[in-house]
Amino acid sequence: MQKFSTLKSIPAYLPIVNIDTDMIIPKQFLKTIKRTGLGKNLFFEMRYDDKGKEINDFVLNKTPFNKSKILIAGKNFGCGSSREHAPWALLDFGITCVISSSFADIFHNNCFKNGILPIILNDDIIKELSEYANRKEEIFVDLNEEKVIYGNNEVRFKVDPFKKKCLLEGLDDIALSLNKFKKIESFEKDLKSQKPWIFND
Amino acid sequence: MPNTLYDKIWNDHLVDQQTDGTALLFVDRHLVHEVTSPQAFEGLRNSNRKVRHPKLTLAVADHNVPTTDRSKGISDKESKIQVDTLEANCKEFGIKLFGMGDKRQGIVHIIGPEQGFTQPGTVIVCGDSHTATHGAFGSLAFGIGTSEVEHVLATQTLVQKKAKNFRINVEGKLPLGVTSKDVILQIIGKIGTAGGTGCVIEYAGDLIRSLSVEQRMTICNMTIEGGARAGLIAPDEKIFKYLEGKPMSPKGKNWENALEYWKNLKSDDGAKFDKEVNLKAEEILPMITWGTSPQDVITIDGKIPNPQNEKNEDKKNSLERALNYMGLKPNMAAKDIKIDKVFIGSCTNGRIEDLREAAKILKDKKIASHVHAMVVPGSGLVKEQAEQEGLDKIFVNSGFEWREPGCSMCLAMNADKLKPEERCASTSNRNFEGRQGRGGRTHLVSPGMAAAAAISGSLDDVRKYQN
Repeated sequence: MQKFSTLKSIPAYLPIVNIDTDMIIPKQFLKTIKRTGLGKNLFFEMRYDDKGKEINDFVLNKTPFNKSKILIAGKNFGCGSSREHAPWALLDFGITCVISSSFADIFHNNCFKNGILPIILNDDIIKELSEYANRKEEIFVDLNEEKVIYGNNEVRFKVDPFKKKCLLEGLDDIALSLNKFKKIESFEKDLKSQKPWIFND
Repeated sequence: MPNTLYDKIWNDHLVDQQTDGTALLFVDRHLVHEVTSPQAFEGLRNSNRKVRHPKLTLAVADHNVPTTDRSKGISDKESKIQVDTLEANCKEFGIKLFGMGDKRQGIVHIIGPEQGFTQPGTVIVCGDSHTATHGAFGSLAFGIGTSEVEHVLATQTLVQKKAKNFRINVEGKLPLGVTSKDVILQIIGKIGTAGGTGCVIEYAGDLIRSLSVEQRMTICNMTIEGGARAGLIAPDEKIFKYLEGKPMSPKGKNWENALEYWKNLKSDDGAKFDKEVNLKAEEILPMITWGTSPQDVITIDGKIPNPQNEKNEDKKNSLERALNYMGLKPNMAAKDIKIDKVFIGSCTNGRIEDLREAAKILKDKKIASHVHAMVVPGSGLVKEQAEQEGLDKIFVNSGFEWREPGCSMCLAMNADKLKPEERCASTSNRNFEGRQGRGGRTHLVSPGMAAAAAISGSLDDVRKYQN
């Protein structure tokens, strides 16, 4: 997994609440058997018209937001389906940080597995940050320090320590869990004697 | 200390607990489908890893499969590749698969219970948000992403943090014509689509206990639409009776031991819940969604909301956006909404009791001439059972199409989809923009309400057709 430490970008602002994963990447693009190549279909229905032409006033079609690495959006971002294609599409487009006042749980988890940092900030701060998008000014995200720096201001955010470590170091958490194989084996041994029906034995 | 049902299942599956709260949880049952698994299997291959417990894993193709004649296979090239890839992966890694020609094939959340793969007190995961369905059996069941699917395949565990305990109590009796679908729509309307974020919901109260196993599944299924990843109900005699004799249920001595364990699966008196909500069943009416979020609910007697009455600017904008997408006017009566299509099916309402409920309304009636309607049974076994009961004939005689099992128009990944601006009364779970097809307009309803809408040609009150 790609590491995340700091990020500087003009943020793109999408002032819509409850952006669901169907909006982020519609189902016709879930037929892929790869993780890559989804960026061009990110927010497909808002981004392209019926004939497949770019809709000019959609934020991610406008310069400089078509190069934004940070997306600011309304609350409950990523609700709905568990599709990891949603973070894959964001990542493939180049967005590695999403800022919202709340995230749906599965999407939030999926971000961390793909080197994307979801940041939760309150609505007032989000309003302030959205001004930077409007003025096309850069903001700076520092994961290690857990802060966003904008102009002469800064705001702290919180991130789970384990998830932070995985992002900073780009760790493969399967390898980490497999390191605990002795604990897994011992759990399974107990399970087999206490609840043998689980293994259909 | 008294524990909740969720606490108990959690504690029983802890492989490792770190000081920062991160835990490694054992997974007893892993369901796999074609859309969210190919990249996970590829990851295993790339790192030279195996599936740790193929026998605790069950696979089926459901999202992409055609619901019309299957003798010619899948004509959509990409869908075919995905379904073929699942088949190849299951063969390579030794996982049991119900293929397209198998009568046990169906929607992953319908076949798990049907086979007895779903069991009380287990941790069940699947790369699908509606995994919450299995919570009806008193299991901790939740949807995961593809990276997590790979993690479970490789380790039979999952890295998790404990969620909060949220209890929703529904007491009393439901009025005639009101179903568990109306109950869950009412709940989502009340708590909102982020109301359960970070929580596991336990549904309790005498109304919940009075529901059948399948009605409970409808409630747990849509827990994710309320933002909670898992919803569960303490298992009881109805659950045990349902599971007894199912192909993958415990047998003999194992059954007796399992039963003894299952009977203790309930929240202790005095267990602490971080959040509680109470509802009276008598006050719940047949519901519809009018907008583009499952929280946009009104009763069938209600009117479309007016954004002018909304003071909060964000909420006003979001109401306007939804009304615009749905092609509706403020203050319009729900019953004046004319529909083009009806879809009965999905992991929410594609089981035999759902089909019986709709068929009861449709018997000896014809659907409106401008309506195109279809029934997609949730599995091959549901289809077979319905045909034995003659329900297929009731549907076909009324003007419905009778299809092969799968996810179908719930998410429109196969050929079944709405055209732009087409309006559908649907028994599925999501009314998001574009969910059932680009520009398509979805109204979520119960199976009985879907049948009533098909007859009337507009959203209508199922109670009108009740005898």
